[in-house]
Amino acid sequence: MTNEFWSFIFGRLTWDVLPIHEPILVVTFIVVVLGGLAVVGALTYFKLWSYLWKEWFTSVDHKKIGIMYMVLGLVMLLRGFADALMMRLQQAIAFNGYEGYLNAHHYDQLFSVHGVIMIFFVAMPLITGFMNYVVPLQIGARDVSFPFLNNFSFWMTAGGAVLVMMSLFIGEFAQTGWLAFPPLSGIEHSPASGVDYYIWALQVAGVGTTLSGVNLIATIIKMRAPGMSLMKMPVFTWTSLCTNVLIVASFPILTAVLTLLALDRYVGTNFFTADFGGSPMMYINLIWIWGHPEVYILILPCFGIFSEVASTFSGKRLFGYTSMVYATVVITVLSYLVWLHHFFTMGSGASVNSFFGITTMIISIPTGAKIFNWLFTMYKGRIRFELPMMWLIAFMLTFTIGGMTGVLLAVPPADFVLHNSLFLVAHFHNVIIGGVLFGIFAGINYWWPKAFGYKLNTYWGKISFWLWNVGFWLAFGPLYVLGLMGVTRRLRTFDDPSLQIWFIIAGIGALVIAAGIAAMLVQFGVSIFGKNKEWDTTGDPWNGRTLEWATSSPPPQYNFAFTPIIHDNDAWADMKARHAQRPTKDFMEIHMPRNTGTGVVLAGLSVVLGFALIWYMWWLAILSFVALIGAAIIHTFNYDRDYYIPVEAIADVENERTRLLSGAR
Amino acid sequence: MSASTSHDTLASGTHAHPNPDAHGDGHDHGTRRTYLIGFALSVILTAIPFWLVMADVIADTMIATLVIMAFGVVQIFVHMVYFLHMNTKSEGGWTMMAAIFTIIVIVIALSGSLWVMFHLNTNMMPGHIMNPADLI
Repeated sequence: MTNEFWSFIFGRLTWDVLPIHEPILVVTFIVVVLGGLAVVGALTYFKLWSYLWKEWFTSVDHKKIGIMYMVLGLVMLLRGFADALMMRLQQAIAFNGYEGYLNAHHYDQLFSVHGVIMIFFVAMPLITGFMNYVVPLQIGARDVSFPFLNNFSFWMTAGGAVLVMMSLFIGEFAQTGWLAFPPLSGIEHSPASGVDYYIWALQVAGVGTTLSGVNLIATIIKMRAPGMSLMKMPVFTWTSLCTNVLIVASFPILTAVLTLLALDRYVGTNFFTADFGGSPMMYINLIWIWGHPEVYILILPCFGIFSEVASTFSGKRLFGYTSMVYATVVITVLSYLVWLHHFFTMGSGASVNSFFGITTMIISIPTGAKIFNWLFTMYKGRIRFELPMMWLIAFMLTFTIGGMTGVLLAVPPADFVLHNSLFLVAHFHNVIIGGVLFGIFAGINYWWPKAFGYKLNTYWGKISFWLWNVGFWLAFGPLYVLGLMGVTRRLRTFDDPSLQIWFIIAGIGALVIAAGIAAMLVQFGVSIFGKNKEWDTTGDPWNGRTLEWATSSPPPQYNFAFTPIIHDNDAWADMKARHAQRPTKDFMEIHMPRNTGTGVVLAGLSVVLGFALIWYMWWLAILSFVALIGAAIIHTFNYDRDYYIPVEAIADVENERTRLLSGAR
Repeated sequence: MSASTSHDTLASGTHAHPNPDAHGDGHDHGTRRTYLIGFALSVILTAIPFWLVMADVIADTMIATLVIMAFGVVQIFVHMVYFLHMNTKSEGGWTMMAAIFTIIVIVIALSGSLWVMFHLNTNMMPGHIMNPADLI
């Protein structure tokens, strides 16, 4: 066979792109293959494939999709954190002329892929998972507005993650940093597959994120239980609404920017090149118009989680509900007015910089109002220091400091000194770990009993909590110090030996966090497989206040046998106060959507399309694109989309719940 | 039974799934007359810019570009009103709300980008700036 033939079939994919000369990657590959084989073997041995396919992969149930999002996010957290540990080790040892154990090619990929994974495939799936699981329950709905679209969105997100993981062993990932600024990300300076993996992974996942945003907006606006006016919605639902509005309004910008970058790389246009009329600065400007709302997309749902936690565990109504809602809406709009603070030093004049500096400082006002609302909710409350409450307090302490360093960076002259330094790195980890991740942990501990019917183990939860908190400050405190001393980010080796001690402390901090993650996994393991489970037979283990606690734990697939009617914004607390009786007869059959495998098929074809585009296998790209469109069209002819749950089945489930409730009380 | 649940108001499953027969309520589907008005306006709004360019009506290219873009903006609104049937009432005002939010975001992104990029242009050309006060 001739070379032309093979390069027609495989594009630029050759044996040379496999990283067999990198011992670290070879060992990782072997471990991943062995682990993968073990998982596949176990699933086959226990005959779980058909169960997984029928009950989970093809499910259109918002609760199962929510849990799948959470699993995806937690698995990717392990990958992203492994990258972080490797960077910390490299920076702790690469002193005095020693090159460390990572070459530049590998190290540059590490910091890029760490950022991409942590934002797009850890934080985004985890918050989307919560919104999916909790929002329909909180508004008394049976599912989201478009259940199939929800399944499809999840698989597109997972497809993007698959592409990123592929880049570890086939070819390479981008070495450009997590936002791939041109001209470095242009074809001239990054000719290999890395930036293409970046582009197509984010494009595939971006479809999922945008559609899930559309879906949840429609759900919140159209499917609230009767009586639930906008100002009676739980705060988590409010923050979810604002987050999804941000998603729908900002992700198209990311898609457009990445499309233009792809055009530059694939067909030789000059949107972002340094010559022929292109402007790399336009890329930076546009991607941050998406990028700044993105950080509020991540934090707003966590503010919602903390609001629920604060009122539940203080045993009283949330302080300042109305101001909380308005603060959220104000943040939503203001988040579009601050993007330039990410590039104060790019060369705009004083008037532009001061405008964006001031808007950035203004956005801390509604955020500060929220902190006071949580504090006043706790004030004179009967506080129960359960795990979610502990995470809330840790969040308020950590996030406030992160917020203050943020306001510091919002002052343009200060930013000129601190930009691109480890101070910045410490700042955004301070708000993303202290805000988003702590919020997610609070949410996991808070809603786990709802999802699985038993509480998480408190002992291991507390160990994880303290390890995370101590580890966080050990890891990022030194980075603040180093940043103030002028150390820039993304460095692989250092000349000044006096800096080493700080990097060693930061490395120890990362190890403590690793122990915190391990303790969390043990917590999950002990809770799932342990003998002494804290079962929740009531459906309301925390004495909750919102509607998701009104149904059983885990909820039946139809959520509520009868759609509840809302009179108060703490709907469930209101029902309990009025001693509302749960209806136990006169059930009616319930109309439900049917499972479908189309989401898996479409996302799988998208991954193939992305892979073909990355490796220039044009025939495969055309084929998979046609198949993708074809499969979507074929799905429109599938009329077998719904079914009715018969009255007897509902009566069985509800009678069992009645029995449990009478036994528990 | 308490007021917390009721059988009459139960939308038993009617909203948990895509029903092929169901049409969203509150839509304004337009009449033949409104479609024709929209079509006529679109044609006129497209023809004028063509004429402006082909007949070289405005000498200054900059002004011509701005005028054509203004026609484009009007065209967008014609489409929204006559073809997407947007008004202040449909979907309980939510389409209007969404449109206003979209317009705000687009105006911020476009005007902000133009402001930022022009500022960069003037500030990053060394030699242009004689007086530091011009930076502002």
